[in-house]
Amino acid sequence: MIPANFQYTRAGSVDEAIGMLKQHGDAAKLLAGGHSLIPAMKLRLNQPGVLIDIGSISELRYIRKEGNHIAIGGGATHDDIANSDAFGGGLEMYPQAAGLIGDTQVRNKGTIGGSLAHADPAADWPAVVIASNATIVVKGPGGERQIAATDFFTGFYETALAEDEILTQIRVPLPAARTKSAYAKFMQPASRFAIVGCAAMITSSGGTCSNASVAMTGVGDAAYKASKVENALKGKSLDSGTIQSAAAHAADGAMVMSDHFASEEYRTHLASVFAGRAISAAV
Amino acid sequence: MIRCKTSKEIGGMGHSLKRKEDARFLAGKGNYVDDIKLPGMLYMDIVRSPYAYAKIKNIDASEALKIPGVVAVVTGKDLEKYNLHWMPTLMSDTQMVLPTDTVMYQAQEVAAVIATDRYTARDGKEAVRVDYEPMKPIIDPYKSLDADAPVLRTDKEGKTDNHIWHWEAGDKEKTDKLFAEAEVVVKEQMHIPRIHVSSIETCGCVADYHKVDNHLTMYMTTQAPHAIRTVIALVAGHVGLTEEKVRVISPDIGGGFGGKVPVYPGYVIAIAVSFLTGKPVKWIEDRSENLQADSFARDYHITAEMAGTKDGKILGTRFKILADHGYTDASANPSKFPTGLFSIGTGSYDYDTSFMEADAVYTNKPPGGVAYRCSFRVTEAVHAIERITDRFALEIGKDPAQLRMENFIKKEDFPWKSPTGWEYDSGDYHAGLKLAMDTIGYDELRKEQAEKRAKGELMGIGISTFTEIVGAGPSKDFDILGIKMFDSAEIRVHPTGKAIARFGTKSQGQGHETTYAQIIAEELGIPAENIQVEEGDTDTAPYGLGTYASRSTPTAGAAAAVAARKLRDKARKIAAYLLEVSEDDLEWEPGKFSVKGAPEKSKTIQEIVFAAYTNHPQGMEAGFEATHYYDPPNLTFPSGAYICVVDIDNETAEIKVRRFVAIDDCGNIINPMIVQGQVHGGLTQGLAPAMYEELIYDEEGNILNGTFMDYLVPTAVESPSWETGHTVTPSPHHPIGAKGVGESPTVGAPPAIANAIVDALSHLGVTHMEIPITPFKVWKVLKEKGVVE
Ligand SMILES: Cc1cc2nc3c(=O)[nH]c(=O)nc-3n(C[C@H](O)[C@H](O)[C@H](O)COP(=O)(O)OP(=O)(O)OC[C@H]3O[C@@H](n4cnc5c(N)ncnc54)[C@H](O)[C@@H]3O)c2cc1C
Repeated sequence: MIPANFQYTRAGSVDEAIGMLKQHGDAAKLLAGGHSLIPAMKLRLNQPGVLIDIGSISELRYIRKEGNHIAIGGGATHDDIANSDAFGGGLEMYPQAAGLIGDTQVRNKGTIGGSLAHADPAADWPAVVIASNATIVVKGPGGERQIAATDFFTGFYETALAEDEILTQIRVPLPAARTKSAYAKFMQPASRFAIVGCAAMITSSGGTCSNASVAMTGVGDAAYKASKVENALKGKSLDSGTIQSAAAHAADGAMVMSDHFASEEYRTHLASVFAGRAISAAV
Repeated sequence: MIRCKTSKEIGGMGHSLKRKEDARFLAGKGNYVDDIKLPGMLYMDIVRSPYAYAKIKNIDASEALKIPGVVAVVTGKDLEKYNLHWMPTLMSDTQMVLPTDTVMYQAQEVAAVIATDRYTARDGKEAVRVDYEPMKPIIDPYKSLDADAPVLRTDKEGKTDNHIWHWEAGDKEKTDKLFAEAEVVVKEQMHIPRIHVSSIETCGCVADYHKVDNHLTMYMTTQAPHAIRTVIALVAGHVGLTEEKVRVISPDIGGGFGGKVPVYPGYVIAIAVSFLTGKPVKWIEDRSENLQADSFARDYHITAEMAGTKDGKILGTRFKILADHGYTDASANPSKFPTGLFSIGTGSYDYDTSFMEADAVYTNKPPGGVAYRCSFRVTEAVHAIERITDRFALEIGKDPAQLRMENFIKKEDFPWKSPTGWEYDSGDYHAGLKLAMDTIGYDELRKEQAEKRAKGELMGIGISTFTEIVGAGPSKDFDILGIKMFDSAEIRVHPTGKAIARFGTKSQGQGHETTYAQIIAEELGIPAENIQVEEGDTDTAPYGLGTYASRSTPTAGAAAAVAARKLRDKARKIAAYLLEVSEDDLEWEPGKFSVKGAPEKSKTIQEIVFAAYTNHPQGMEAGFEATHYYDPPNLTFPSGAYICVVDIDNETAEIKVRRFVAIDDCGNIINPMIVQGQVHGGLTQGLAPAMYEELIYDEEGNILNGTFMDYLVPTAVESPSWETGHTVTPSPHHPIGAKGVGESPTVGAPPAIANAIVDALSHLGVTHMEIPITPFKVWKVLKEKGVVE
């Protein structure tokens, strides 16, 4: 449980961190909350030569309303989000999901930016940012880029983030009126990562679904938008029968994982059940 | 309510004294092995095998040795020069310290890197290049017995198979006849999964050999320091480390649970390196090494059968075991008991026919079979009997509580001779189960279950009414490597009436510093707070076999009481002298002797002790000290009645333990708060294999859950709110009527939980489920039975 030797530096600002990334090239890794990176380093699965600690950059740690979106700094901790009151009016799933991550220590140190950049296939945030149609803001030597959450996760632990970029902000559009959201997950008992997780955001009028946005995590090699589920809800009356038959499509098209906690078949089943639960809670 | 004979100030038995040791633990001032730092100390890290079975073609340490600070890389070939590459296990099997040519399980020690600090040692380990030639391992213990299975222990001359030993108890002929003729026979195949003790402190040591005076001090996380000293002397006597030259110190221990009884290769290598370099060597396992290489427990495959009548009389049991010991039998059982005390598995029921047999095999998995918080395989036995009893109740359609009530051994029938030869000392099983049923509201729960079933909801109630067997043990049957399993206490009372007491046992969290002081306080009336308890240093403590198998109170606790009584006899003589009366005219109450009929004429224990140093009667030996080595006449037989209620989500198959009532009977209680704490911890460790823990291997022998990210050791988060209570049936043969309790909950909880889950599914035709019962397993059942699509 002792990592390989590394150099440690601390960045005071985003620009300084970008400069350091450029300077050290491949050898460098950003360190945020350390709750994915440090365990991997202790097992020597990851052996960066230089750690650039961005954990104390205050310009990365905020949650605020900006015009028609909520802006979450890449350095906001899970706990910051769990205890924030910025997520009323349809974004309830943010504090909800945050509260279900790991344990107190993990929530106190781990950050949403770190989680998204790490892109663990069983992490909670990817589903939430996809379902809320968020935009991921990243900054590199060439300036700022905005990436739609749906385009951000490109595979198993892979994202659209370049090596020399920092995830600076998650921009979550304020939902339409009469929108509710919910996050539901079935936990791996030891790590509490999602065996399946579903984030659902439903806009309804008079019991009819006018818009649905549903995303799954834990099921396949990366989080994804469950378009079939969404389509099966849109325009329909939100009774339990509709929800159930829509939720049955939760794993459609996914390469469903299998391990000793859940076979492919059980995961597929759980995906429908938890999709159903998240959607029902968002109605 | 427990009535106390002593005042709160004296704090004898029955008082919930706060634990004396906690002040130092809570303040972070404990002194664990890893806190020990000696000048010039070297650090050791261990290269481990990635393969379960492989030939070692070459070990190249050249890159490691180039790293500044790496002092040496030790291999099996190096140890071979001193004949230290093999060691015996406590079960008289053999184990490699370091391999010279073959590795037998994943995570096996391959080489040791010695460096000036632990970081460098870890870097050195990474730089050692080992060239392996992997071979096809045997992982399935049943396949290990196939006629064409390759022989794993080729190191053993003449070995032609992978069989280790065969064991039997009971009467085969009588049992077979009974089963052939019985009205009802039920049978289930059950696996008690391979799990891990996972103490929060891993294993480790500091070996400190001084060349000049040829003396070794071994600081070590051991539950049995004296036995270890003897073993070191036996193994290393040929290089000059005879027993007087070895001192074992077991400092504070952060959990043992049986995992700190065996000798692991790391200890031996550290001693060898210290011996060769003349420098202290520290070795501390990391979390994954601990989980992957050491101290596994259980792994019994059991075929359990029960025979009885249609109206519910239990007539007999039959158990057949396949024990998977991995690479070597590294259990820590008493020598004559290869299956430990599995023969307690006839249970709490009144019948006279049973037969049990076991075969042990080698596989390419880590070695062991330690008694994880369990008096030697009692967990396995209790699971088998309590599960099969429920199976029998299900078969004949009788309520499992009712069935137990009808079959219990009656209170007045103790001492009771079991079909496998044990003499149960005492018990009141009916009272225990009745209290548990009343506490949980059993009849109401059964009604609720019926209503829920009608609505398609899944709820189950499970019972376990177990008999434990602890306090090993009487010297006529019990020894480890020939050393009898007595234990000892030495009490020295200082002139001012304060005392120090030393024991052959070693607390790892059990609270001995408090409970032993309470026993002495009870007997001598010296306040418990004035009694300092010390254990773990072989230079100062009297010889004993250590703490495991709930043996400390039954053996060393008894020794404390007997030694204190010797002192009370001496105190009576001194009091008679001081008061100028005859001994018969004196009356004892805790803390003083007074003259019968003249209570104003009295001497306190403190005055008496002072006189033992300042004014003792001529002809009497001065001082106030006593030692006792207690050889128990029998084991003690604690019991318990546990009831568990579970709810199962019929969509996701998630299982929730809604309630758990544990009524324990451990005889007279020394400290109710400590007993409750022990029960809470033990129940949580019983929940573990019932619902969460199992070390899982693939066909190549790779562990699939070798870190805590995948292997869940349940904590308060997963635990229900435990509801505890007790009945008190004193042990008739123990000096203070006490029985062990530390392990009852670990032993009793798994079948209660398993029975509850099976009960929730029994109307679907489910008769058994293998622990750990996970949502995944339940889901498979729900799917098979058409409850979910
Ligand atoms: C015991 C335990 C339980 C957990 N349970 C859960 C759970 O239930 N659900 C869940 O979702 N997660 C869980 N996690 C993971 C946790 O949420 C991590 O905190 C998170 O995945 C990573 O965030 P971090 O801030 O700790 O990142 P770090 O570990 O510091 O970094 C992770 C990776 O992201 C990169 N990185 C970090 N910040 C940025 C940034 N701003 N821009 C670009 N790259 C960056 C790093 O270079 C590194 O490669 C658990 C972790 C542990 C240890």
